[in-house]
Amino acid sequence: RKNVEDFTGPRERSDLGFVTFDITADILNGKNGLQTFWNKNTIFDWNVKQLFLYLSAEYSTKNNALNQVVLWDKIMLRGDNPRLSLKDMKSKYFFFDDGNGLKGNRNITLTLSWNVVPNAGILPLVTGSGHVSVPFPDTYETTKSY
Amino acid sequence: CAGRAGPERGSRGGAAMDLFGDLRRMNKRQLYYQVLNFAMIVSSALMIWKGLIVVTGSESPIVVVLSGSMEPAFHRGDLLFLTNFHDDPIRAGEIVVFKVEGRDIPIVHRVIKVHEKGNGNIKFLTKGDNNEVDDRGLYKEGQNWLEKKDVVGRARGFLPYVGMVTIIMNDYPKFKYALLAVMGAYVLLKRES
Repeated sequence: RKNVEDFTGPRERSDLGFVTFDITADILNGKNGLQTFWNKNTIFDWNVKQLFLYLSAEYSTKNNALNQVVLWDKIMLRGDNPRLSLKDMKSKYFFFDDGNGLKGNRNITLTLSWNVVPNAGILPLVTGSGHVSVPFPDTYETTKSY
Repeated sequence: CAGRAGPERGSRGGAAMDLFGDLRRMNKRQLYYQVLNFAMIVSSALMIWKGLIVVTGSESPIVVVLSGSMEPAFHRGDLLFLTNFHDDPIRAGEIVVFKVEGRDIPIVHRVIKVHEKGNGNIKFLTKGDNNEVDDRGLYKEGQNWLEKKDVVGRARGFLPYVGMVTIIMNDYPKFKYALLAVMGAYVLLKRES
C-alpha cells in the first residue's frame, strides 16, 4: 500500500491499496443444494440475460463511516461457465481511499456480489455468501513495484 | 322530418365523404361531449403519471436508455423503472440514474465507489459497464463526486425495446405529429353507439 497523489481525481494525497486475490465461486447452484423437477436450481433461468459480478472492498475509516470500493468486475452471460476459479488476480480499478484510511486498517472486507439482469423484469442485487477480511499493514511500501 | 336523412346519405359515395358527413352532422352538443371525453383521457393519464412520481419518490420514474454505455445489460431504447426512496442508501454495484448539474440529460451508470460519513453525507463515483474509465469526465468541471441530490432514481426493473418509440418520436418529429393527429382524430370522431 502506498501513499500517492490520487491522479484519477482529487489532487490531495490519498492512500492507494494493492490487493491480489483468488476467487472461487460456484454461481450456478442457488441457495440450497436440492434439485427438484420444476426448479432447475440455477440462477441462469430463462429470464436471466447476464450477471454483473463485482468484488467490493468495504471498510471504515476516521474520515468516513462507510467506504465501498469496487476492485474488480466481470460480466457473465447466460451460457458462460458459471464456475469461477481465478487465481492471483490484481484489482481492475485503483483502490484509492478518500483520505489516508488504509494505513493500519485491520478490517477491510472483500465481498463478491452480483446484479442479475433479466430479459425483462426486476433487477436484483445479490451478495454472495462468504467474505474475506483483509488487514492492511501499518507502513507504506516504497520500493516494491506492483 | 322523418324521411329527410335517408336519401341524402345514399347520394354520397366513398368512406371519406361519409367521414365529413359524420362531422357535419354532429351537432354542437356531441362535439362538446367528444372533447370532454378526450380531456378526461388526458387528465387520467397525467394523474397516473403524477401518482407514479409520488409512489416512487422519483421525479422521472420511467426513463429510456439513450446510449450504449451499459451494454450488454441495457441497450438504447430500453425502458427503466426507477425508485428514489429517501432512506435507501447508495451502495456499490447499484445502477443509478443521475443528472449532472446544469445538464438535462439523465445518465444511467453503475456506482463503483461510495464514501459515507457518520452523519449520512454520501459521495459516490459512477462508471458505465461498457466504458473503460469512470464518469469523472462527464461530471461538471472540477467535480469529482456525485451526491444524493444528483440522483434521479435507482433502477429497479427494466423492459427491453419498449422505449424505442420515444426515441423515434424525438428523432423524427413528423412522426410524432402524425401520431398525435391520428390519435386526436380517432378520439374526436369515435361514436359511442
